[in-house]
Amino acid sequence: MNQVNNPSFSNSRLINWFKLSSPSTFYPVAGKLIPVFWALTVAFGLAGLWISFFIAPVDAVQGQAYRIIFIHVPASWMSMFIYLAMAAWAGLGLIFNTRLSAMMAQALAPVGAWMTFLSLWTGALWGKPMWGAWWVWDARLTSELILLFLYLGFMALQASIDNRRRADKAGAILALVGVVNVPIIYFSVKWWNTLHQGASVSLTKAPAMAQIMLWGMLLMALCFWMYSIAVGLMRLRAIILEREAHTDWVRQLSEVKS
Amino acid sequence: MRALLAIIQRDLLLVMRRKSEVLTALFFFVVVTSLFPLGIGADAALLRKIAPGVIWVAALLSTLLGLHRMFAADYQDGALEQLVLSPQPMVLLVTGKIIAHWIVCGLPLVLLAPLIGIQFDLDTGSLSVLMATLLLGTPVLSLLGSIGAALTLGVRGGSVLMSLLILPLYIPVLIFGAGAVYATSVGLDTSGYFSLLGALLILALAFVPWVSVAAVKIAIE
Repeated sequence: MNQVNNPSFSNSRLINWFKLSSPSTFYPVAGKLIPVFWALTVAFGLAGLWISFFIAPVDAVQGQAYRIIFIHVPASWMSMFIYLAMAAWAGLGLIFNTRLSAMMAQALAPVGAWMTFLSLWTGALWGKPMWGAWWVWDARLTSELILLFLYLGFMALQASIDNRRRADKAGAILALVGVVNVPIIYFSVKWWNTLHQGASVSLTKAPAMAQIMLWGMLLMALCFWMYSIAVGLMRLRAIILEREAHTDWVRQLSEVKS
Repeated sequence: MRALLAIIQRDLLLVMRRKSEVLTALFFFVVVTSLFPLGIGADAALLRKIAPGVIWVAALLSTLLGLHRMFAADYQDGALEQLVLSPQPMVLLVTGKIIAHWIVCGLPLVLLAPLIGIQFDLDTGSLSVLMATLLLGTPVLSLLGSIGAALTLGVRGGSVLMSLLILPLYIPVLIFGAGAVYATSVGLDTSGYFSLLGALLILALAFVPWVSVAAVKIAIE
């Protein structure tokens, strides 16, 4: 697709956000953004790990083992948030038929699945010393597992439909149906009072943890955010190249020519 | 309304012309549930304990077996396209197909369940709760399944993919359905489970037909 040079849009002084919705304009922008997000990932990650391993005190009840919270909680947040973002992009693609939104949803799915897996994995490592079991059939664990299945189903459905347009739309419907699960995960510790501990951080009340631990966790969460965005954009660029391989602008790219 | 009845009648007629497919799914339900006592051993106390879960899981799987018939044959011979083009609201037609699927694949399970329950040495109270939960739960299975059936129309490896997509969505029904039967057998209150199953049914009835219509239209365009 050629770049749109609509004068009424390009005269505007503000950044024209709609222009970015075209794969050909977004591709170079994403290329410039990726190093920035990687740098932020490293910076937040180093600061967060420093605080969480060396500065944060030992927990009175859980001892050293509690430190896995600095990976577990950000991964769980991201697993839910990425699903919402993925469903939102898929929904946008379904409604406005924009190609980039569908590509974005496709790019986010593996990142989200990875975060969900990481959340379950670190949860198992944490559960073993605290509960004495790698896995219990607790409401939150089960609903997080369903989330992983939903990600895998989304990816499997998209991979098995050859027609891209249909794959995007069918995936979007599945993603939107699965959104029901996200609030269930989030509120599961409140609705079913089970083994998994309640939320340590919430928007409405003071966090139930020491200030310095909170800082470590927030820095790690920022690190995970930046990582997800960086990897998501890298995947997005690969998907753009794959799907737009037939266009002129892709053939003109220096990295494609060589 | 007449369109709804007509499509139910049509689907049932088609099933009657080829009974073997339906009977296979039912036979599957009976065989799978009978395999468990053979594999685990005839310890009556253990069987009573696992009965709700086993019967519910078998019901889930045998519902899945019949799902691909919901749209696939009509998709192949072009009848589904005609249904989309017809002046009747598509939601009604899809709802009719879902109801027909439930009558063929869900209702027999409800009626068969007490027989299987007796094999597992369930008492009368548990049997009636089992039937009631299946009566509330199997329509939800048919409804949710229609989404998967429509999304995987004409896709290679469609039926395996469909189970991957649909089984995670079935988990809540399984938990509350089997949970109610288990609660009865240990003498706990079951009203909460029934409320949740009822809520699932109402929500599914309210939203799923529209989602399935969207999925069918995507498959056809």
